[in-house]
Amino acid sequence: MKKGNKTYWKGIEQLKNDPAFVKNAESEFPEFLPIKDSSDNSRRDFLKMMGFGLAAVTTAACEAPVKYAIPYVDKPVDVDATLANYYASTYSMGSDYCSVVVKTREGRPIKIDGNKYSKISAGCTSSQVESSVLTLYDRQRLQFPMLNNKESNWRDVDNFVKEGLSKKGSNKIYIISHSVNSPSTLDVINKFSKKFDVNHVEYDTSSYSGMLDANEESFGKRKIPFYDFSKAKTIVSFGYDFLGSSFNHDLFNQQFTKQRVVNRDKREMSRLYTFESNLSLTGANSDHRIPIKSSHTKIYIAELWNILNGKIGSGRDSISFNKSKRSLLKLDILNKVADDLIQNLGSSLVISSSNDKSVQSVVIMINELLRSYGKTIDLNRCYNTRKGDDSKMTEFIKDLDSKSVHGVIFLNSNPVYNHYLSSRLKDALDNVPLKISTSDRIDETSILCDVIAPDSHFLESWNDYEPIDNHFSFGQPTIRRIFDTRQHQDSFLRWIDSEVNYFSTLKNNWRKKQKLLKSNEPFQIFWDRLLHDGVAEIVDEKTKNLNPLPNIFKTRISEAGKVSNLIESETDNDGFELNLYHNLTVSDGIQSNNPWLQEMPDPISKVCWDNYISINPKDASKLEVKTDVGTMTTNLLKLENNEGSFEVPVIIQPGQAEGTIGLALGYGRKLAGPVGDGIGFDANQLLNKKLNIQNLTVSNIKLENTFKDFRIAQTQTHDTIMARESVIQETSLDQYKKDPYSGKYQFKVATSKGFKKPEDVTLWNGHEYKNHHWVMAIDLNACTGCGSCVIACQVENNIPVVGKEEVLNRREMSWLRIDRYYSSDADVNDLQGLEVAAENPDVTFQPMMCQHCNNAPCETVCPVAATTHSSEGLNQMTYNRCIGTRYCANNCPYKVRRFNWFKYHDNEQFDKNIAMNNDLGKMVLNPDVTVRSRGVMEKCSFCVQKIQEGKLLAKSEKRRLKDGDVKMACGSACSTDAIVFGDVNDKNSRINNLLQVEKIDKATLKLKEERAYAVLDEIRVSPNVWYLRKVRNKKTA
Amino acid sequence: MHVESKLRKPLITGGKTLHDVSEDICKRVEQKPSLYWYAAMIISNITLIVGAYAVYRTLWDGIGMWGLNKTVMWAWDITNFVWWVGIGHAGTLISAILLLFRQRWRMAINRSAEAMTIFAVICAAMFPLLHMGRLWIGLIWVLPLPNTYGSLWVNFASPLLWDVFAITTYFSVSLVFWYIGLIPDFATIRDRAKKAGRKVSAYIYGGLSFGWDGAAKTWSRYETVSLVLAGLATPLVLSVHTIVSMDFATSVIPGWHTTIFPPYFVAGAIFSGFAMVLTLLIITRKVYNLEDYITIKHLELMNIVIIVTGSIVGIAYLTELFMAWYSGVAYEQYAFYNRVTGPYWWAYWSMMTCNVISPQLFWFKKIRTNIVATFIISIIVNIGMWFERFVIIVTSLHRDYLPSSWAMFYPTIYDLGMYIFTFGLFFTAFLAFSKYFPVINMAEVKSILKHTGEKVKK
Repeated sequence: MKKGNKTYWKGIEQLKNDPAFVKNAESEFPEFLPIKDSSDNSRRDFLKMMGFGLAAVTTAACEAPVKYAIPYVDKPVDVDATLANYYASTYSMGSDYCSVVVKTREGRPIKIDGNKYSKISAGCTSSQVESSVLTLYDRQRLQFPMLNNKESNWRDVDNFVKEGLSKKGSNKIYIISHSVNSPSTLDVINKFSKKFDVNHVEYDTSSYSGMLDANEESFGKRKIPFYDFSKAKTIVSFGYDFLGSSFNHDLFNQQFTKQRVVNRDKREMSRLYTFESNLSLTGANSDHRIPIKSSHTKIYIAELWNILNGKIGSGRDSISFNKSKRSLLKLDILNKVADDLIQNLGSSLVISSSNDKSVQSVVIMINELLRSYGKTIDLNRCYNTRKGDDSKMTEFIKDLDSKSVHGVIFLNSNPVYNHYLSSRLKDALDNVPLKISTSDRIDETSILCDVIAPDSHFLESWNDYEPIDNHFSFGQPTIRRIFDTRQHQDSFLRWIDSEVNYFSTLKNNWRKKQKLLKSNEPFQIFWDRLLHDGVAEIVDEKTKNLNPLPNIFKTRISEAGKVSNLIESETDNDGFELNLYHNLTVSDGIQSNNPWLQEMPDPISKVCWDNYISINPKDASKLEVKTDVGTMTTNLLKLENNEGSFEVPVIIQPGQAEGTIGLALGYGRKLAGPVGDGIGFDANQLLNKKLNIQNLTVSNIKLENTFKDFRIAQTQTHDTIMARESVIQETSLDQYKKDPYSGKYQFKVATSKGFKKPEDVTLWNGHEYKNHHWVMAIDLNACTGCGSCVIACQVENNIPVVGKEEVLNRREMSWLRIDRYYSSDADVNDLQGLEVAAENPDVTFQPMMCQHCNNAPCETVCPVAATTHSSEGLNQMTYNRCIGTRYCANNCPYKVRRFNWFKYHDNEQFDKNIAMNNDLGKMVLNPDVTVRSRGVMEKCSFCVQKIQEGKLLAKSEKRRLKDGDVKMACGSACSTDAIVFGDVNDKNSRINNLLQVEKIDKATLKLKEERAYAVLDEIRVSPNVWYLRKVRNKKTA
Repeated sequence: MHVESKLRKPLITGGKTLHDVSEDICKRVEQKPSLYWYAAMIISNITLIVGAYAVYRTLWDGIGMWGLNKTVMWAWDITNFVWWVGIGHAGTLISAILLLFRQRWRMAINRSAEAMTIFAVICAAMFPLLHMGRLWIGLIWVLPLPNTYGSLWVNFASPLLWDVFAITTYFSVSLVFWYIGLIPDFATIRDRAKKAGRKVSAYIYGGLSFGWDGAAKTWSRYETVSLVLAGLATPLVLSVHTIVSMDFATSVIPGWHTTIFPPYFVAGAIFSGFAMVLTLLIITRKVYNLEDYITIKHLELMNIVIIVTGSIVGIAYLTELFMAWYSGVAYEQYAFYNRVTGPYWWAYWSMMTCNVISPQLFWFKKIRTNIVATFIISIIVNIGMWFERFVIIVTSLHRDYLPSSWAMFYPTIYDLGMYIFTFGLFFTAFLAFSKYFPVINMAEVKSILKHTGEKVKK
């Protein structure tokens, strides 16, 4: 050892140079390990080994499997992990349009909201629009172009098409599409047409041909004018479901409810009369609904003209028809309608769904007589979203038959499935040498085509739209193309050997239009602004205030004459009258492979995963239909007409006009994809193939009960409210005007000190919410029951789809449901009678979700405290803690809790839940919301992730959360603003103003708003969701 | 010196001596079981295995295998749970309360009644365990264990947690009580085995008897411990079903939210427990030739308990109806209206017939001393009591506050499988018990032989 160097010894052994120590000093483990190979191992050692081994293996097994997240090597500009980006874009499918804002997370679109800048789509979304984001991630979409039904590449496809087109000769080439409202797309189509002399035929799955033709004759424009329901005080609809199956129903809903909401400043509302055969959403929301046969609509319209003509006196002829026809009408109500209309001249509106030109002409005459034009109907703003012409389509098929068509391009259309002449079309297509489709999948039409040049999804495409003249909307991609697809516009440009692509064409078009928008900015800034806003408007002062053209009356008089012929030729027969319609879920079936839409319950019947015949209860008993609401079993009926005979399940529908049946289109697809195939029955087969216009009313249907059982999935099977006034409260406008509290149900508890309100005898201490107190208000007068909130909730909160079988087991997972109640004619004490709905019931919709009770019954019963109360009034669910006893759900008076009966993700048995069962589908999941595991309870969280996001945003901006920072998924999807959410502790919040919060005492709100009530107030769970009483505006005799 | 009236009928017939008692009871343990036993055991095992498949599927695939739905989230599971717990009441009642009341007739039946209690509680416990969505964590999280989650604790306000405490306490006390009673009898078997030179048997029963030496001091301690445990078990008889009833009574659901539930449930539990004891004993005494120990007198006395508790239950049913009307609460009224006339009317009326009407037949001495009639009625009562729980749980849930959620419940074969599983478990355990354990408490029976045996009474 050297002097001056400090030396440290490992121990006394080293200092002593113990030979045993020296021997082992250099080994890794100088000391003996307790276990040796020799036989002197003690039993103790063995046990130690065992013990350690067992413990080590067990703890190693506890480790959860590691999933690697791959970080960005170069972070993309504007993409921050966990922060959402929003892009304005435009939804476009079929003939439909909607201006939207797309939420993307880490580059994936996950949610579609409405674009509030848009004046046309009301800043809201429909269920179709909300769901379309899942269609983007549908594996069924084509991943490459197809040539002769084989996988191909774009070069071969392009060469094939160009070669094919060049062989055209003197034969025709057709483009078959839905209504195209994109100016730049039309520009491309025009260029294409110029080169190849193409006939562009547009059609709509639900045709407006009759209305368009009538308008063209009357106003010179083959367009649908802008209706403004918000200006109408009396609305009369003849079968036109403007709140439901209509185009742009979002806006109509919004306009309509503007006239329906009443409050302390506004005690007036509009009155809606509906004459229809199926109970539609419009009928359900009307004050007076008159069930009639659709074939009688024209007589009603003619008679209404006669009455109005007589009373107002236009000096024009009445429409004459046989008196025996008049006996078919309910004249008393028609007279009331006429009186109402006359009272509100200039603020009334009459609409009809008829696809007959002459009938629509009479409607125009009526509206003109009522001075609606220029007031409730604006001819200067016309819709471009419905332009279809049935006659052109018939011509096309005739050309096909005569073999004069060389080529046909199906532009994103599937007429072999969704056109009423589908079967004729299918047979005739054999005569065409060149068939091209741009469909995104192998569907009923594209499978017959030589080429499929798959179009990109609208979320992958550039485009512009002009849904209403001079109102534009822009589509920008929010994700790179997922598959090897190509925008159809680019395909067209490629096929005419254009050198520019569609994006530059689009940009150039807008460079030209910049002046029209009165913009002096540099183009790039202008363009960026267009894309940022997503919408633009050309304000044309000249056409702003233009009155309708009154001098075209003569032409229409002849049409009126045709109506009398129509009426006279109408023969009543014994058969049933079938009315086909598009529902609000699957609609025309374009998105049939979307499980969200398939599982969305129909707003009226609450049926999902099927279409069905709806039938009047009286007719049902005549046919001896046996249904069982418990097992949801019903009978299959045999439908027979000239087109064939078919078996379809039946639902007994209160309100269905006697002698009529309803059936939804959009079902029975054969090639939609694994989710949509074989769901329901294709009603197009029943339509008359000889007619030149689509007529959704088919008469003389023979119905027969096969007595075969069929189970049809419904999410609600009990129809009536059982006179439970604390659930649904309603009043009439007259009474409301007299006493704003009318219809209020105040439960009183008998105590030793007399009768008391429930809140005065509560056992609860209440809560103090010092910071925020989240409250929701739902206006039953504004809610039309459309159900777009249901889908919005599903998308936002990763709610699984469970499939028909599980809905039949009553295990659908929706956190938010819309309860639909029919009124009953029975006495309140007749409990059995109350179960039966009235024959033509009043309908009430009640959105129902977790009520976030202040005294929550679920919280007290959970043994492990998995559901607890937050300091802001939320009833929160901790999935990790939940052990699934389901006691909370049993004890929930609102039955809003949902249990994960099975594992719905990564489970082949639930492969219809495509958002959770394949890697592509999973891209749609909201990363802010946990995908729940099997065996846990879940329910509405008041979108707690959005509340948190809002709070974090406020925090990062060093300010207090302000009203509107937090929006619920349901509330933002609601076109009618029926759902308002906010912090009542914030004095200036909308919710505070709406409910007129006077005092908050330990979470108990004292409200000044007369219409506000809490559902099931008497059990004193003190919900944080308030409902505003429904007011009906019935005409008193 | 105990003096007993000559007028009382003897509790043990057949002129048994002390040796006869040992012989009759130990014979079952020592001899090969009969063919009946083998047949019964095989059937029970098959039932257990079939049921175990249902358990396996439930655990592997989820609770969705059952017929529950968004509206009715408890049905057969909790029905079976309450039913089994109810059955598990008779044993302790017989051994504890009747011990305190010095009811000597209990001595012939308490052993098997207690065994039944233990097995019934095990069967009952299967349901709260298996009905959990996530059993694997629920098993631990329902216990108030210190943990690393900060201050995370169980929810002491939840009746389900009270259940956990009530049932585990009840089970452990019953088990200890039962076992202590078994010790002297195990010693008897041990001694007989030693004498006969059956070494294995002597070794095993020697272990089970904890070295019982039969000394006076040991007997004295044995008596004291029995008494103390009887004292402890007595309140448990009342508390367990009281707490089980609170699962319902503390909720807000019409038809559940009822203060009458605790006494009503306890009476119902004793009612069903005695019925089950009767069912089992009638078979056991027949198969094992124990008619001299378990006499008609025993059956009659138990039948009297059934009349009393059955009538209490009947009054409770009527009180519920009255209160529903008297409360003036529409929901409550509807809940009961719906029970009586709604889609589950058949369940309600089955319950009424089985539980209220059938036990009234025991007012006739001929019926209550007739073995076949007793056997049939005991089974009817058990069916009725199952329906009672089904009616309370399902008919209250299936139509509660919001008519939009009203639904029906349909069981699946897995619901049935779970129920079958517990039957398999119960009978397998009971048959094993009847083979390997003395089915009658020899020590106690011997103690009363001198003053109530047939010889003495003559």
